[in-house]
Amino acid sequence: MRGILGHAGYLPYRRLDRSTIAAVAGGGGGKGTRSVASYDEDTTTMGVEAGRLALARTGVTPAALYFATTSPTYLDKTNATTIHAALRLADDVVAADFGGAARSAVAALRLALRSDEPALVIGADIRTGLPGSADETVGGDGASALLVGSDAAGDVLAELIGTGSTTEEFLDRWRVPGEARSKQWEERFGEGHYLGLGERAWTSGLKDAGITADEVTHLAVAGTHARATGALVARLSAGGAQRVDDLSTVVGMTGAAQPGLLLSSALDVAPAGAVIALVSLADGADVLVFRVRRATPAARPVAAQAVGGAPVSYGTFLSWRGMLVREPPRRPEPARISASAAGRNAAWKFGFVGSQSVQTGAINMPPSVPGASEGELESVVMSSRLGTIATFTVDRLAYSPSPPVVFAVIDFDRGGRLPMELTDVDATDVAIGDRVELTFRRLSTADGIANYFWKARPVRTGRPPPSGSVGSPPSGPDESPTSRPVERRKG
Amino acid sequence: MSSHGIKDRVAIIGMGCTRFAEHWDKGADDLLVEAATDAFGSAGLTKHDVDAYWVGTAQSGMSGMTLSKPLELEGKPVTRVENMCATGPEALRQAAYAVASGAYDTAMAIGVEKVKDSGYQGLNAFPIPNDGTPRTLTAAAMFSMVVPAYAHKYGVDPDQLKDVLAHIASKNHYNGARNPRAQFRKETSAEKIKAMPPVAGQLSVFDCAGVADGSAAAIVCRAEDAHRYTDSPLYIKALSLVAGNGKPLSDPGYDYTTFPEIVTCAADAYAQAGVREPRSELAMAEVHDCFTPTELVLMEDLGFAARGTAWKEVLDGAFDLDGDLPVNPDGGLKSFGHPVGASGLRMMFECWLQLRREAPAERQIDVSRGLALTHSLGGYPGEMVSFVSIMGIERG
Repeated sequence: MRGILGHAGYLPYRRLDRSTIAAVAGGGGGKGTRSVASYDEDTTTMGVEAGRLALARTGVTPAALYFATTSPTYLDKTNATTIHAALRLADDVVAADFGGAARSAVAALRLALRSDEPALVIGADIRTGLPGSADETVGGDGASALLVGSDAAGDVLAELIGTGSTTEEFLDRWRVPGEARSKQWEERFGEGHYLGLGERAWTSGLKDAGITADEVTHLAVAGTHARATGALVARLSAGGAQRVDDLSTVVGMTGAAQPGLLLSSALDVAPAGAVIALVSLADGADVLVFRVRRATPAARPVAAQAVGGAPVSYGTFLSWRGMLVREPPRRPEPARISASAAGRNAAWKFGFVGSQSVQTGAINMPPSVPGASEGELESVVMSSRLGTIATFTVDRLAYSPSPPVVFAVIDFDRGGRLPMELTDVDATDVAIGDRVELTFRRLSTADGIANYFWKARPVRTGRPPPSGSVGSPPSGPDESPTSRPVERRKG
Repeated sequence: MSSHGIKDRVAIIGMGCTRFAEHWDKGADDLLVEAATDAFGSAGLTKHDVDAYWVGTAQSGMSGMTLSKPLELEGKPVTRVENMCATGPEALRQAAYAVASGAYDTAMAIGVEKVKDSGYQGLNAFPIPNDGTPRTLTAAAMFSMVVPAYAHKYGVDPDQLKDVLAHIASKNHYNGARNPRAQFRKETSAEKIKAMPPVAGQLSVFDCAGVADGSAAAIVCRAEDAHRYTDSPLYIKALSLVAGNGKPLSDPGYDYTTFPEIVTCAADAYAQAGVREPRSELAMAEVHDCFTPTELVLMEDLGFAARGTAWKEVLDGAFDLDGDLPVNPDGGLKSFGHPVGASGLRMMFECWLQLRREAPAERQIDVSRGLALTHSLGGYPGEMVSFVSIMGIERG
């Protein structure tokens, strides 16, 4: 029986208060907040964060990594390979993008559930539109990851018991590649189509599962069309199912991330025996019905992340999304990175793997060059370790896409030190002794090349304590203490 | 390890130094020719008489042709050297060792930097293609981490430490105001300095060295030949260089209150020169005051003050122009700005003036102790190159 082996959502730290929009944009906005990816996040980095959380503690190595987004960093180059590198997956794990539309995410999940190998399905999106638009207000940024497989691959937390899908060509929303905004046809046109598609998929999904509507205990409806989604929820929950919060008041509609985010959110709270129906409306309708075998909240439950954000001003939000161009610091912008250097050093750059002396235990980041150090070296994965701020500074002179740079010397638990940039932090809110964790970020972009590396961010409330009872520390897929020899550099 | 040095085997017989400034109307070529011409005149030599040349520049030129073309040298060996902010003294080390080896009779070391053609504020490093993981913090921010670390380790009240740093900046401006070659020639009170807003950590622009263009040059020969050229040569007592390995950056025991490379480098230089008590044996020191906390830590790393006491000595005026051991009597990087390739040789130029009692009366110090030290560093806390030179007026 196939199903979900691991699940996680990732919500960026910042929240935009929708009521602050209209004063600047002249319209738009509304109640509540939306989640906002930081200036150093993109769909790839958020996908990495969700992937790390979903794999944590499962002990499963996926055979495939599928990544879906409507807002890819690259076209004509696979973004999933970056996630693959950051998760330190082996080279026989296939990684591929599912591009274009929000439906790609649920389609990738459907495909993975029907295949015969364990697969990690990641959806991530940055949703925005022109200032004052509905998309800007109702959209949200985030990512989700679902580890799919059979009993043979791991511990199935929720088994798939039925699916239903409907597809139809009609024009509701569209975006020309390269444009900053999507456009939408008159709302009621799409609503009518989606309601029909959704109800037909629902009927076939329940039939496939061999259950009746009143057996569904948790109903999660995702969709790119807010009116249609709301109307469908009202109709389908008539059977008495508990509605899974669609996060619209705090996070917003997260596009390709949303189906996985809502499913993970449901799995965070659903008890054993619960039946979860996930419905997605995006250029058709998809229904996936799961029966929960074991209640298993994610390492960082979605609800805790949703309430754990901090505000960002509308001006900064616009600047981060490229809608408002601010005067940059009068320093040279970073040069583009070298593809060959990044390739040679991929374990360090993407995987945050250092070296450790077998004899002395001393950890070097970046890793020592084999042959130079006396004694034997082992690789040591540092991305899943927590650290403590030994000292820090605020640099108002250095180039940054969002100055000032907050920078700290981090002492890692169980050894190792590195001066690193901090993120998701206010310059006035850092102290020596603060605990930090690692996060994968896009440092800068030059010549269209995203420069990915790791930063540190504060460990915050709403996240599990370093050694508390809620869960183990945030950890990557191979937090095992086993080590392997440093790969000899080619060259 | 053997570091024998070349104590008293090589002498400086001529020096030159341009004014340090934003030379909008002068390029590296103009500055090199000006400094070289001064040095030739000082030694009573022509460009044809000097056998070999080392030109130090961090990023204003490549190869020996950086110098041979503007100076129109004919068939001379010219080498460009680079060692970050120790580039100038590194050129001198090459020239001095070449003369000591007997390969040449005379050699010139010249340093230059044309910084102000970049169009940006501050110093900006040459981008070398890389994997995008090296940090891109400014030097000011890296050195700013010394301030809280020092205050914490030695229990100095943060506001009092601010007074200490302001005293260093004010002292260097006081000295620079008495130097016609300095970029900034205005005295600035500690109170005014303290009131400036921070730009990196607790450092304001007044805690940072300026940025200027400039060039300085020295001509060396074997010590026994020195009096052919001048009655008062400077004898090289020590030239020490240490290139750090960056290990302190990843060492959880490193506390940002000292620069280990400099401690090692100073010990080597003192051993070469036979100096046991630098505080009482040196007449003066020119040190790399790229940022005020750097100068504070250097007082301890160079052995001028015991650990944890330099802040008090600074406040007591020990390193003022009329203090027990004047530091940066020419005004330092603070007043001169920092044309990278030239700065270390500019420091030596001040030793040249002071030890020969040729400094203007308003900043001439008592040099009866007869020895002067220069110090340069390039890099950041935890990963730097360090250079220490010692020179004297007497041949031992």
